[in-house]
Amino acid sequence: MKELVCIVCPKGCRLHVDEENNYSVTGNSCPRGAEYGHNEIKNPTRVLTSTVRLEGGLYRRCPVKTNKAVPKRLLMDIMQALNSVSLKAPVQAGQVVLPHVCGTDADVIVTKNL
Amino acid sequence: MTYDLIVVGGGPAGLAAACSAWEKGLKHILIVERDKELGGILNQCIHNGFGLHRFKEELTGPEYAGRFIKMLGDTGVEVMLDTMVLEINARHEVHVISAAKGYEVLEAKSIVLAMGCRERTRGAIGIPGDRPAGVFTAGSAQRYLNMEGYMVGKRVVILGSGDIGLIMARRMTLEGAKVLACVELMPYSGGLMRNIVQCLQDWDIPLYLSHTITDIVATNGRVSHVTVHKLDENRQPIPGTNLEFDCDTVLLSVGLIPENELTRAAGIEMDPRTNGAYVFENMETSVPGIFACGNVVHVHDLVDYVSAESERAGAAAAAYVLGGAPAGDALTVKNGADVGYTVPQRIRVSNVPKAADVFFRVRRVFKNSVIEVKAGDQLLISYKREHMAPGEMEHILLPRKLLDGVSASEITVSAKEA
Amino acid sequence: MKYDVCIIGCGVIGAAAAFELSKYDCSVLILEKENDVAMGSSRANSAIIHAGYDPKPGTLMARLNVEGNAMAEQLCKDLSVPFARIGSLVLAFSEEEEATIRMLYDRGVANGVPGLRIIDAAEIREMEPQVSKEARAALYAPSAGIITPWEYTLAFAETAVRNGAKLVLNAPVTGIRALSDGGYKLATPKVDFEAAYVINAAGVHSGEIHEMVAAKTFTVMPNRGEYYVMDKAECFRANHVLFQCPNQDGKGVLVTPTMDHNLLVGPNAVGVEDGDRVNNTAEGMAFVREKASKSVPGINYRNAIRNFAGIRANTDKDEFQISIAADRFIDLAGIKSPGLSSAPAIALEAVRLLNQCGFAPDKKAHPITTREKKRFRYMNDEERREAIRENPLYGRVICRCETVTEGEIVDAIHSPIPPCSVDGVKRRAGSGMGRCQGGFCGPRIVDILARELKLDPMEITQDGVGSQLLLAETKREVTE
Repeated sequence: MKELVCIVCPKGCRLHVDEENNYSVTGNSCPRGAEYGHNEIKNPTRVLTSTVRLEGGLYRRCPVKTNKAVPKRLLMDIMQALNSVSLKAPVQAGQVVLPHVCGTDADVIVTKNL
Repeated sequence: MTYDLIVVGGGPAGLAAACSAWEKGLKHILIVERDKELGGILNQCIHNGFGLHRFKEELTGPEYAGRFIKMLGDTGVEVMLDTMVLEINARHEVHVISAAKGYEVLEAKSIVLAMGCRERTRGAIGIPGDRPAGVFTAGSAQRYLNMEGYMVGKRVVILGSGDIGLIMARRMTLEGAKVLACVELMPYSGGLMRNIVQCLQDWDIPLYLSHTITDIVATNGRVSHVTVHKLDENRQPIPGTNLEFDCDTVLLSVGLIPENELTRAAGIEMDPRTNGAYVFENMETSVPGIFACGNVVHVHDLVDYVSAESERAGAAAAAYVLGGAPAGDALTVKNGADVGYTVPQRIRVSNVPKAADVFFRVRRVFKNSVIEVKAGDQLLISYKREHMAPGEMEHILLPRKLLDGVSASEITVSAKEA
Repeated sequence: MKYDVCIIGCGVIGAAAAFELSKYDCSVLILEKENDVAMGSSRANSAIIHAGYDPKPGTLMARLNVEGNAMAEQLCKDLSVPFARIGSLVLAFSEEEEATIRMLYDRGVANGVPGLRIIDAAEIREMEPQVSKEARAALYAPSAGIITPWEYTLAFAETAVRNGAKLVLNAPVTGIRALSDGGYKLATPKVDFEAAYVINAAGVHSGEIHEMVAAKTFTVMPNRGEYYVMDKAECFRANHVLFQCPNQDGKGVLVTPTMDHNLLVGPNAVGVEDGDRVNNTAEGMAFVREKASKSVPGINYRNAIRNFAGIRANTDKDEFQISIAADRFIDLAGIKSPGLSSAPAIALEAVRLLNQCGFAPDKKAHPITTREKKRFRYMNDEERREAIRENPLYGRVICRCETVTEGEIVDAIHSPIPPCSVDGVKRRAGSGMGRCQGGFCGPRIVDILARELKLDPMEITQDGVGSQLLLAETKREVTE
């Protein structure tokens, strides 16, 4: 049994997730909480936001993000992968920087026109 | 030429106000922005979580700003970048300077103030100790990191658990720094639960509630050590509870202050509770034709609410220019028990469309509770809440019907356990 | 080369002496241990030009304070240093303190302080509506003034440099040896220097310098004082420098407006071992708040924008240590309060002592004695238009709190004593002095410094050596 605080809304319900019983959730006050608890223990994912090098732009870094949530355990690997990227201005929001980053189905994309 | 509207500031508030004023029919609109680009502080807020209310999706700061910049591009609104407003006055003159055009005095039929806010500093909270390099506000460190590409430190202690501090804990960690602790003076965090989980807990960064930094020590001009103490109920350090951290950096996330130097100098009435201007239901200040919106009025947690508030201000500026000043007596909105302030502070009932938006913050954490709106002892309306906290701005709608029935000159908003 | 005169220390005393000597036909070397001038007591003090009723009649302190005060106005006009003769009040809260201010009045009259008056409670109220109702009487000294102390130091030092004086920064004197042909060899970590005459203006370290050439005659007892700087919104709390009666701990906690329209509150007075450590303490800050509330009860500390602490070079003697300490070696040592007020008079004293040692160079025909400085924030609209026309960088505001433009910052970076740090720019241009304390402009100043000095931003320091702001670059491991 794992315990965590729900972050779906500000209420902060204390969820209990039973890993041995198909990750069933108790302590939630709404279905969204149940879904959050289930996923958060079974396969926690996050959207990663960071920057990459940019040459010739207004600033020296360009903001990027994964276009969908990626497994939490891969965040540092993706950060490492971003070190090898260097863009040249101009760049457009939405432009793909690293497709299928670290073997996931997510692309790293630019989030600002620079 | 006289502008219909000059908007001071091209961040999220200014962008939304200008777009909405255009939509309501104003033709000669100017945004004056001191930075080299539009978007304001959103440009350095590269994390996601913006726009859930507004666009029903999670955007990063630059993406959220990008949506409004795109909308603005479809209008005829003029923009002056790299231009600083030095003075505004009740005659609706706006003094600006820029390297490109020098010193100019512009005239406008209406003005929207959208200057945003600034961070509280070490000096404002009086942290004892040496005064070396390595003490940064979280926002300055964020700019260095996300826009300039520099790390301000490698071993970091964060004071304050506001959202910017939490976001920076994660960003610094991702970029290879060791964040040793997040230290919060209050017994509860000032940040969103989501940020506590994803920015601290994900990275095993301890959060010390009811603690503060009591000493900063320097070696060779840079932070080398901080001491943290637990606080008693009077917020005094408890001897013997010290935690010692060897670190090179202290980040401060200890609050935001609306930036109202222009507002004060223009003689606009200020509310000491918000550090912003007193505003009416349509975001108009005490000076007719000058409106204010966003963090310059009161500090918001969500940019989505800034946009909504600013659209009301922009629309009101358009109505002012096109149709003249609203008339009618104003009802004063007062903050009652456990409510820190309200925005607006004054409602001209005859100018309220279907309902008046009222925003406020409670002074402590509430579980099942009610918000009560009263005129004297008479309860006008109440709203149930399962959860309220000072870190989360509350919002209620006061129906016009209800307001029409109020004969008193003031109403009070208060909070209590249900 | 052998210099005629070497001045050790470029605080306000060393700088004033250098300025005075640079008007003469002689070569002047100034050795400063820090990376900028005014890095010790001169930058962290009450910023007051005292009237001169405090020191005992007959002392050097009494004479030089009153002389220095009289000189300040014209000097500040000529050298473009912010100064205002706003007058001071010493408040008396008891019968005993009324006796003290009468004693100070008598001293002041003996010292030649102009215009002193004892005023009653009603007049205090009229002059200072925010002062505590408990104040029964006050000593009014119209000649007291406020000044920007680091600017005073910079003005002297820059003008000396423009007159040909050589300033070497990052050069702590580690040893002094008498030369057989007269004069001295001064060792610093990098280079040794030679000079025929030496002036010891080393502030809190003046005892150590003295003892490199002479037997110990005084002991420096560093004394730390802590302050609050308040937002401009609090400036209305005081129209004059508001002192309390002096006691064994010094002149007591004062409340005063500053030249930048902030309010300054402090100091306490605590003897410390380490004359270079200027930390704030919770006790010191609480002490200042409590004592200041006796004079001005309403100060709102939520409007604080900065704390700082300074060190006074107090000694075991109740007097400046100004004398010929050894052959061709002059002490301007143990200069505590009223050192800032006395500085230009102390410089004249230094020249007299050099004359006594047999060094009497001729005056230069046309020494530089003026200095101009553009301050955008104090210009009227027409001057602003003109400044931007001349240099468009005056149209770009970098420090929004204090309205400091890129033009002023670039001018400062290329001034006679170029700053190498963010705080060095701050002391010259005023950027970062305001309510956001450099939160917004800091990164931009780093940028401009790096650009103008052709340095990597990671080399830019906050202040002294070692105080780099940026510790690493992100995304370094680019594999090409």
